[in-house]
Amino acid sequence: MTIPNPEFEADCIRRILAGEKHLFHELIRPCERSIYFLLFSVLKNETEAEDVAQETVIKVYQNLDKFRGESQFRTWVLSIARNEALGRLRKISNRREDSLEADTDEQTGDYTPAILTSWREIPTEALEKKELGNLLRKAIEGLPEIYRNVVLLRDIEELDIRETAAVLKISEASVKVRLHRARALLQRDLAPQLKGFAPSKRRWFGGRA
Amino acid sequence: MRIDCKHVWQHISAYIENDVDPQLRAEIDRHLETCEICSAVLDSTRNVVILMADDRVFELPRGYSERLHARIDRELEKPPDRNI
Repeated sequence: MTIPNPEFEADCIRRILAGEKHLFHELIRPCERSIYFLLFSVLKNETEAEDVAQETVIKVYQNLDKFRGESQFRTWVLSIARNEALGRLRKISNRREDSLEADTDEQTGDYTPAILTSWREIPTEALEKKELGNLLRKAIEGLPEIYRNVVLLRDIEELDIRETAAVLKISEASVKVRLHRARALLQRDLAPQLKGFAPSKRRWFGGRA
Repeated sequence: MRIDCKHVWQHISAYIENDVDPQLRAEIDRHLETCEICSAVLDSTRNVVILMADDRVFELPRGYSERLHARIDRELEKPPDRNI
C-alpha cells in the first residue's frame, strides 16, 4: 500500500488547477492499484474494471476543483470509482443475478471455524508458488459482494476502518461486522487447504499480538 | 468470568484489529493460553489476513498503468474549455 500524503496531494491539486496539468499523473499514481481492485471486486471482470478505472481517473481530473479536502484524497477517488462501478453495473444489470445490496448484516455472528489443533505459519515466500495465490484469489472472489468489497479495501489495500466505511458509504460498525464474517468465511475455506503450504521444518506461528 | 470458544471466535477479527477492550482482551488471552483449538483458529485467521495483504496475491494486469496514463495524457492534451 502507498501511504497517503495529504500535503503532497493538496500542493499537487493546487498546482494542477493552476495549470501544471502533467502533475495529475503523480497525484493519481498512488491510488491506481486500489482503484483497479475495488472495481474488479465490484465488476468481477478485468476488462470492465480497467475500462471503468480509466473513466474514473478522467472523472477525478475533471472534478478536481470540487475536492474540498474534507476526506482523504484517496477516499474521495475510491468513492468516485465505486459510483462509476455501480453505474456500469446498472447498465449491465441483466447480466448479473444477485442484487447489489441483497446481503445484509442482519445474519447472526455464529459460525464454526475450520478446527485445527495446530497451525503452522505459511510464510509469504510461499506466494512465489502460483497455487497459493490462486487459492487466495478464488476464495476472495467467491465471497458475497458485500464481504468481498470490505476485505478488498481493508485487508488487501489496507485502508483503515474509517476510510473503508467512507468509501463504501456504510457505518464503521458495519465494516467491522462484514470484516469479521468475511475473515471467518475465508478462514473456514482456506485454513484446511493452506496447511499444505506450511514449511516442513518445525516452525510455529509466533506469539500473539 | 471464563469465556468459551464460541465467544472467542466472535471476537477474532476485532482481536486481530486490536479493537477489543482491555478486559475482554485479557479474557481472550487467558482462554488462548489453554485452548489449542482457538489458538490455531486465531493463528490461521491472522495468517490469512497477512497473506492477503501481500501484493503478489492480487497483481495488476500487465500494462494497466501504462494504458491508464496514456488515457490521462489524451485528456490532458484537450484544450482547457473541453475539460470541464
